[in-house]
Formats: sequence, C-alpha cells, structure tokens
Amino acid sequence: MQPTHRSNRILLPAQSWYVYLSLLVALGLSYIPTGRLPGLPDWVAVVLAFWCVREPLRVGMGTAFVFGVLVDIGHGAAMGQFALAYVVLAYLASSVSRRVLWFPSPQQALHVLPLLLLSQIIMVVVRMVGGAEFPGWWYFLSSFSGTLLWMPLSVVLLLPQYRPVERDDNRPI
Amino acid sequence: MSLVGHQSPPIFKRGPTPLARLMVFVALCLVMLVADLRFRYLEVVRQGLSVVTHPLQLAAAAPADFLRNAAVYFATLVEVQVENAELRRHQVEAAQRLLRFSQIERDNHELRGLLDMARSFAVRSVAAEILYDAPDPFARKVILDRGSAHGVVAGLAVLDARGMIGQVTRVYPVQSEVTLLTDKDQAVHVQVERSRVRGVLVGAGSNRMELRFVENNSDIVAGDRLVTSGLDGVFLAGLPVAHVVAVEAGDDVFVKVFAEPIAHTEGTVQVLVLGPDQAPPARPDPATEIKRSVDTVGAPDKGT
Repeated sequence: MQPTHRSNRILLPAQSWYVYLSLLVALGLSYIPTGRLPGLPDWVAVVLAFWCVREPLRVGMGTAFVFGVLVDIGHGAAMGQFALAYVVLAYLASSVSRRVLWFPSPQQALHVLPLLLLSQIIMVVVRMVGGAEFPGWWYFLSSFSGTLLWMPLSVVLLLPQYRPVERDDNRPI
Repeated sequence: MSLVGHQSPPIFKRGPTPLARLMVFVALCLVMLVADLRFRYLEVVRQGLSVVTHPLQLAAAAPADFLRNAAVYFATLVEVQVENAELRRHQVEAAQRLLRFSQIERDNHELRGLLDMARSFAVRSVAAEILYDAPDPFARKVILDRGSAHGVVAGLAVLDARGMIGQVTRVYPVQSEVTLLTDKDQAVHVQVERSRVRGVLVGAGSNRMELRFVENNSDIVAGDRLVTSGLDGVFLAGLPVAHVVAVEAGDDVFVKVFAEPIAHTEGTVQVLVLGPDQAPPARPDPATEIKRSVDTVGAPDKGT
C-alpha cells in the first residue's frame, strides 16, 4: 500500500485492531453531547469512508451497518436511519476507492464530499417520509466540516503504517 | 473434459457482488425503519443494545459534565446572590400558599367524600435535571438524568417551575428521553382555564403550538391560559401548559388557535417528572359497551 498510488513511499499493512479502534473512537466522539450545535462533523461517517477507501476488502457494508445501528441507538434516531446512510456511503466509497487513491489528499476530500452529502440527504428523506420536520439547511454543514477533516484525519489514521524513510541508492522506490 | 460442476479455486471466492450485498443491507435497513417508525417494534432491541453503548456514552458525556460543573463553579458571587434573593422570595410566597393548600386539600377530600366522587389519584413525582438536548436534529427532545431505576416511566408529564415542558417518551435505566411540547409529534389534551373549552394542543416547532378541534363559536380569546384537562388519563388535570397567542378564522367548523408554551421549553435545567401513580382503568371495549346499552334499552320494551 502507498499513501496515494502516485507516491513513492510504501506503507506497512493496516492492522485490524487499529482500524476498529479508530472506528470505536469515532463512535465515542459522535456520542459527545453537543446539543443542537450545527456543523459538527459526523466522525463515524468520515472514518468509515476513509477505511472503505483505503481497505475496501476489510471494511465494507457489514461494518457500516453495525456502526450505523450503534449510532442510531446512541443518538436516539430512528433505527436503521444511520445504518442505511452508512451502508450506501460504504458501498460508494469502496467503489470509488481505486480512482480516489490516485489523487492527493485535498482532491480525495473533494471526492468524499458528495458521498457525505448523499448520506445526509438519505437521512433527511427517510425521516421526512417518516413525518419529521426539516432540520434546516445548517444540517448539511456537517458534510463540509467532515470534508475539511479528511486531510488531517488521513495523516493521523495512516500514522502507524508509515515506516521510517531509509535511503537506499540501489532500490528504485 | 467438461468444466460443468468444476469449482473455481478458493482464492477467487469473494462472496456475493457488492451490488447484491448493498441491496440486502438496504432492504434490512428499510425493514428496520418501518418496524421502528411505524410499528415501534424495535424498542426492546434498542433497550438491549443501549446497555452495550451505555459505557461509551458515559465516557463521552464526561467532558460535557466537566464543562457544566466548571460553569457552576465559576458563577460569579453577584449572580448567586441575586438568585438566592429570588429563591428566598419564592419560598416565602410558596410557604403561605402551602399552608392554605393543606387546608384546601382536606376540605376537598371531605367534599368529594360527601359527593361520593372518585378519590383523586396518588401522585408520582421525580425531581430530575436536563442533561443535554438529544442529538437527533429531526425532533425536539431532551435527555433527563433520571430513568427507570428512579421510578420514571414513559408517559409522565415533565414540568419546570412555570408549567409543562413535555412528556417522557422513552426510558433507559438511568436516563430518559423527553419529547418537548413544541415537537411536531407531541400532542396534549387541554382546556381553556377560563371557559373550559377543550382541544388538542399540537407542537408546531420553534416555540409555537397549535390548538386543534376548537369549534367556531367557542369562547376563546388571545391571552387565555390552557391547562391539561386530565381526560387523557395520562396527565394530571390542571397543569399549566400554554398561553393563547392568536385566534384566527379557520375553515367552516374549527378556528385556528396558536399558542406559546408558558414554561421555557428550551433552556430549563431543573424539572419535575409528574404523573398519576397508577395506570388509568382499561378502556372498555366499544363493541361490548354498545351491546350492553342496547340490551338495557331493549329490556323494558320486552316486559311491557
């Protein structure tokens, strides 16, 4: 694995425990009670999208479903609301994985923005069909803050996979 | 040599295609959504799984708790003095009311006995604190720090010092979820305190409520106080709920009545969970009731 497909650096393989620990930490962050403050990123969605892009064979729709249900319970949302949004997000993130990894980090974030927006639109549609009121346009700010989070997050989440740079003139990469 | 029946080597096995898996998961989610939103079947699952997520939620709530406690700690002396003076004044007022109240209650008890009316119910009350707004942006709900372990049950009314703010809709072991009166799905049966006109008060979002099913010729004007009627068997009668803000001409039968809650539904901290201590008697089955009334009406005809 490389940080991006154009990069010269080779990464160590991702550890399963680190992947799931990062998802659990994101779940904990999403449980922090912040009231009705708009624009807070959906931590689980961003971390999930990240691992679906990086490790599409390991993290996919099954993981998305489980974590979606856990977020549903923690937020007191309708059961299946976050699960549905995350499953669709995971499917799309895995399917664009091979394309996205050719781009540098800021452009990867631009690829992820429509996916995050789509997952929020799915939740709004589901709840409004269920008879809830429209939460206001500020609600969608969360996707944009999640996009801004992509760059720092991709450094932090790949941190254990970097190995120290060692110069070797006989090796091509 | 034919390849029919020949298994592909295991290294190429990837299970069902992603699209097929997506369809399965989406179908599962839709089933869950319908079961939860329409039929409320999944409350048991939610309660069970909330035990698993509860430790994580507690850990996540710790920074918020710390901030809240820090805010209390750093409250200025002047604020505390002002608040203290106000509380003293309130207490003096309440004390003399309370003296009269016990007298009136005894009178009421005796008069009810004389009139052979049903005794008023015992009251269940739990003092609680609002922890935070529920994170679900699609509904107006808050989370209380008291749950089923402290005697909170779903359906009880939640009040602050001025009046009702909502109803307990979901109970966890040590927390409970309150739907505020201004939520779109929250309804209370109320009557006008002055003229006893009844109606159903429904939330309309952003601190507005609408009183429905009030006939055109009813005696209701802006400024009237709405209190719970107690007819629903869930709330105690006479809890202050809302002020009428505007009365407008509606369709042929009903007027449009807009109201605002008396209590500050958003922004209170200390609340009281209040309700009748026992469940209301079961509703009689309409079919058997009609049959019985027909029988009693029909009986004298047969005799004569």
